[in-house]
Amino acid sequence: MEGDGGSEFRQWCLSQVKGAIDDDVTEADIISAVEFNHSGELLATGDRGGRIVIFQQEQESKALPQSRGEYNVYSTFQSHEPEFDYLKSLEIEEKINKIRWLPQKNAAHFLLSTNDKTIKLWKISERDKRPEGYNLKEEDGRYKDPTSVTTLRVPVFQPMDLMVEASPRRVYANAHTYHINSISVNSDNETYLSADDLRINLWHLDFTDRSFNIVDIKPTNMEELTEVITASEFHPLQCNTFVYGSSKGSVRLCDMRAAALCDRHSKLFEEPEDPSARSFFSEIISSVSDVKFSHSGRYMMTRDYLTVKIWDLNMESRPVETYQVHEYLRSKLCSLYENDCIFDKFECCWSQDDSEVMTGSYNNFFRMFGRDGQPGMTLEASWESSSPRCPLRPWRVCAGSRRNDDEIGVDCLDFSRKILHTSWHPQDGIIAMATINNLYIFQEKLN
Amino acid sequence: MSACTLVSVSTVLGCHSCSRIDMFSKGTKRKFSDDGDEMLDESLAGAQVSSSYSLQRQSLLDMSLIKLQLCHMLVEPNLCRSVLIANTVRQIQEEMTHDGSWQVVTEAFCGGSQSPSERLVATEVLCRSREQDAEPKLFSVLSYEGCREEEVVADETLCSVSVSDTASNVCLSESARHCWERDELVDADRDDETCESSRLGPGDDEDDDDEDDDDEDEEVDIDEESPRDNPKTMGQVFGTFEIKNGTPGPDSALEELFSDVDASYYDLDTMLTGIQSAPKMGPYDLLDSLAPSHGPPSIGSPSSCRSDLNELDHIMEIIVGS
Repeated sequence: MEGDGGSEFRQWCLSQVKGAIDDDVTEADIISAVEFNHSGELLATGDRGGRIVIFQQEQESKALPQSRGEYNVYSTFQSHEPEFDYLKSLEIEEKINKIRWLPQKNAAHFLLSTNDKTIKLWKISERDKRPEGYNLKEEDGRYKDPTSVTTLRVPVFQPMDLMVEASPRRVYANAHTYHINSISVNSDNETYLSADDLRINLWHLDFTDRSFNIVDIKPTNMEELTEVITASEFHPLQCNTFVYGSSKGSVRLCDMRAAALCDRHSKLFEEPEDPSARSFFSEIISSVSDVKFSHSGRYMMTRDYLTVKIWDLNMESRPVETYQVHEYLRSKLCSLYENDCIFDKFECCWSQDDSEVMTGSYNNFFRMFGRDGQPGMTLEASWESSSPRCPLRPWRVCAGSRRNDDEIGVDCLDFSRKILHTSWHPQDGIIAMATINNLYIFQEKLN
Repeated sequence: MSACTLVSVSTVLGCHSCSRIDMFSKGTKRKFSDDGDEMLDESLAGAQVSSSYSLQRQSLLDMSLIKLQLCHMLVEPNLCRSVLIANTVRQIQEEMTHDGSWQVVTEAFCGGSQSPSERLVATEVLCRSREQDAEPKLFSVLSYEGCREEEVVADETLCSVSVSDTASNVCLSESARHCWERDELVDADRDDETCESSRLGPGDDEDDDDEDDDDEDEEVDIDEESPRDNPKTMGQVFGTFEIKNGTPGPDSALEELFSDVDASYYDLDTMLTGIQSAPKMGPYDLLDSLAPSHGPPSIGSPSSCRSDLNELDHIMEIIVGS
């Protein structure tokens, strides 16, 4: 399982760690969303305090041609504020659930960010010039006495320190009764979907006062509710196709051309249950926590509690590949149910060429699976045990409570340290992931 | 919590072919064997294992119910998590129904003449019946494997006192739910100092006795409701997501008021103190205000139930009158 030097075997090195290093973590600093933009130049993170921090990759330096540029803070702004729902006497958290970038059309960058109830479109723009030499205003802004003006001049732009501004361009509010878990920008660049536990709405980016409900699985009698929507995404190439995953482990593909309300799916992806593995926790661990299309649009990846599954969109009966993320947890499900860890929602992501997939686990481990048949790798996000440009050493998890240099027992795992949010650079071998309050960036070692 | 290797409960209890496999970890699935000897030898060990399985299943059920109730926090609870927990509870209940744990309960009431689905009726028997015999049996059979029988002894005297008190304490219209009556029964019972080990309902003590009773209470609560009503708990959990509309009539206003009442929540009041927000009337507020033997409300609810009831009636008059 450890790399034996095969040329196709990827090695990963720790590139950067962002965030406070100390153990004192405030709730608001916990990262809740990580997302590269379409070029990979920008990396956005959202936290529980409703803030968004955007990092920008610096241009590749000539001194180190092998290394890609580092990511530095580009912009920080408060995206969402806590709110109070007076009708239900409940707080609405400002925690950022998802960030999705729009493809870039001009010099400015646009992203969608959402908390439980409201989606916002943010414009991030640079300003590095400012006009000087007004006739009627002093430099500090005070208006001059018009009678004192004797000559006229044309104001000119003078360079200034780079300023990055984030301004909210749209606020899409009041369309969701339940908690928003997903947003996804359509390939047509005009619309996007937002999904909560029971409904999916379709928006046009330009209009905030209306959205179309395209999926509604709310039963007439809420007491009969047994299934909720957990994740949703548009197809990367077909603007009429989207999928949504459910808490029962199924994924439905819908075609918006078929009907206005896509309650009837076009395809249902569901793996038949293995009766010998059935337990009281079967349904909970089958719940789909994330669904991602491949870049090619031919495959779809789903993450449930213990596995990552890759589906061919042309075959609904079963996945074409299944990867065990942390099968050693299967015998611990009762404890994980007790401490609520069984409800953790892990994300997953595709490599830039769809040849690898990656997802997070506990103890700050993350798992890399090559789709070429090689066994999966377990790596650790730890600034203490990694040095930059030094390849990460894979771990093995064994039974019991042993602990060696490269082996750790199941009983020693720290379930409070988990990697839920991950993102892969769209064009390069760079991955970003969030531990509780740190952002880790790893780079692939080029041979 | 160690993972046990468990045997299928159905084979041990001799049930029909419900191919229930051990629920807590991987283990061997044993088919119902025609070999009598094999059954005989293994039945003893099997009974012990199944008892352990049932205990684990019971503890899972309790855990799930507590998780559901702790959803009433300041922030809107996670619907996905609530649904998954509720489904788990349902699964456990279904299995308990299949392997006969519930069957025994209903048979105790009505001699097996009624179908299991009429658990609702069975509960009314408890509330209004003067048959002292029925009540002790109720609690003895609620201990599933029979191993807790000796722990639960219902005092016949107590039962009769409670039952007759029920009539005087309950000043509601007949449209009030049966479980309200049962709650009243529970409430009157609590104050009876003679009942130490034989609690009919949840109490403040932390004895195993009471925990057993609490479990049983919860079990009976869930069991009593017909499948339509079964997730009254669920409805309550999911109910926070709905903005309730105005009640259409005075009777349903009453039902609406009491629809939250559930004695199984009573024992969690220490956990949930202060978390309840003002608009929601908690079950303990109700019990506190209306039970005459009780002192002032223990939970910090400023308004008593009676004034709320009057206010509701007043509002109803306005709405209906206009």
